[in-house]
Amino acid sequence: MNHHRHAAQPYVRPMQGWWRRDPFFVRYMGREATALAVLAYAVILAVGLVRLAQGEAAWNGWVDALRSPWSILLHLVLLASMVIHAHSWFEIMPKTMPMMYLRGERVGAPAIRRTGWIATVIVTLAVLALAAWWPR
Amino acid sequence: MPESIELQVLRYRPEQESEPVWQSYIVPFTEDMSVLQGLQHIKDDVDGTLGFRWSCRMAICGSCGMMVNGKPELSCKTFLRDLLPGPVRIEALAHFPIERDLIVSVEPFVKKLEGIKPYIIPKEPRSLEQGEYLQTPHQLEQFEQYSGCINCMLCYAACPQFGLDPEFTGPGVLALLHRYNADSRDGGREERMQIVNTEEGVWSCTAVGYCSEVCPKHVDPANAVNQNKVNSAKDYFLRFLSPKGAQR
Repeated sequence: MNHHRHAAQPYVRPMQGWWRRDPFFVRYMGREATALAVLAYAVILAVGLVRLAQGEAAWNGWVDALRSPWSILLHLVLLASMVIHAHSWFEIMPKTMPMMYLRGERVGAPAIRRTGWIATVIVTLAVLALAAWWPR
Repeated sequence: MPESIELQVLRYRPEQESEPVWQSYIVPFTEDMSVLQGLQHIKDDVDGTLGFRWSCRMAICGSCGMMVNGKPELSCKTFLRDLLPGPVRIEALAHFPIERDLIVSVEPFVKKLEGIKPYIIPKEPRSLEQGEYLQTPHQLEQFEQYSGCINCMLCYAACPQFGLDPEFTGPGVLALLHRYNADSRDGGREERMQIVNTEEGVWSCTAVGYCSEVCPKHVDPANAVNQNKVNSAKDYFLRFLSPKGAQR
C-alpha cells in the first residue's frame, strides 16, 4: 500500500486586520492615528512662523485664515485629537518609566498618570495666561 | 444555571485539512468548571483526536495558554461560568504557527529564552566559605516581579509587533532578561545588552502595552521592555564617555 503521511506543516495565521481584533488594539491605533493631529498642528504653527518672516501682510493673511469657520472647526477636531493622544500616552506612561521611589516607597501607576495630567494643565494654563496678558 | 455550554474549537489537523476549521462541541456545565476542564471532557468522552497542552491545572506551569473568545488566557484559570451563556470560542495562541489544533510551535521562543542566558552569571568567582549573597529589600524589588514569569507566552499572543515580525525577541523573554540584568548578584549585563540593543531587541516594541494586561502573573513585561529602551539609549550615548567604549 502506498500510504503516504505528510510531514506536519505548521499553519501561520494571517495578520491582516489585526488591529480590529481587540478593543485594546483599536485604542492603540487611536493613539497612533492622533499623532497625525499633533503633526498637523505643528505644521500650522510652522506655516505661521514662515508667514511672520514674510512680513505684516502675510502674517495678517495667516491670522485671518485661522479665524475662518473651517479653521475653527479644524482646531476643535485637532484639540479633541490632542486630548485623546495625551490621555493614551498618560495611560501607557507608568509602563514606560523606570522604577521611581519617593520616601522609600515605589511610585505607583495612578500617581504617574496624575503627575502627567497636572503638568499638562499647568503648562496649558501658563501658555493661555501668557497669550492673554502679553502686551500688544 | 445551564446544563450544558457550547465550545467552538479551532481545529487544525495538518494531515487532513490545509487550513484550520471551527468545530462545535456541547459539554456539560458545572459552576466550578474551567475552560481546560471543558476541553478535557471533549478529549476524554467526545473526541479523542483533539490536541491541546496542559499540565498543572493551577496557573503555574504555563502550558495551557490559548485564545478564549479572542483574548489570550490560561485555560485552567478561565472559568466557563464567566463566559455564559456561550458559545465560547477557543483558538490556539495568536501569532504562533499552529502545529495541531490548540498546540503552537514553541521552539523559536525556547531558542530566544536560551539566548538571553536566563540564569545568574556571577560577577566574580565565589567560594562556599563566603556564604550566601545578601540583598536589601530594595535590591530584591528591582527584579522580583519579573521573576514571576512562567513562560506561558500569553504576552506574545497579545503583541502585534511579534505577530508582524516573529524575529522580535518579545515581551516575555525581555522581561526575563531584565529580571537577571536588574539582579544585584548578576554580572552578565554586558552580554545581554547586545540582545537588548538590536532592532529585534527592545526597539521593535511600540508600547502597545497589551502584554502587561494579559499577563496572568502581573510581571508587567511592557515595563521591563521600556526600561531597557532607556538602558539601551544610555548604552549607546555613554559609550562615548566610558574608557571601554573605544574597544567596542
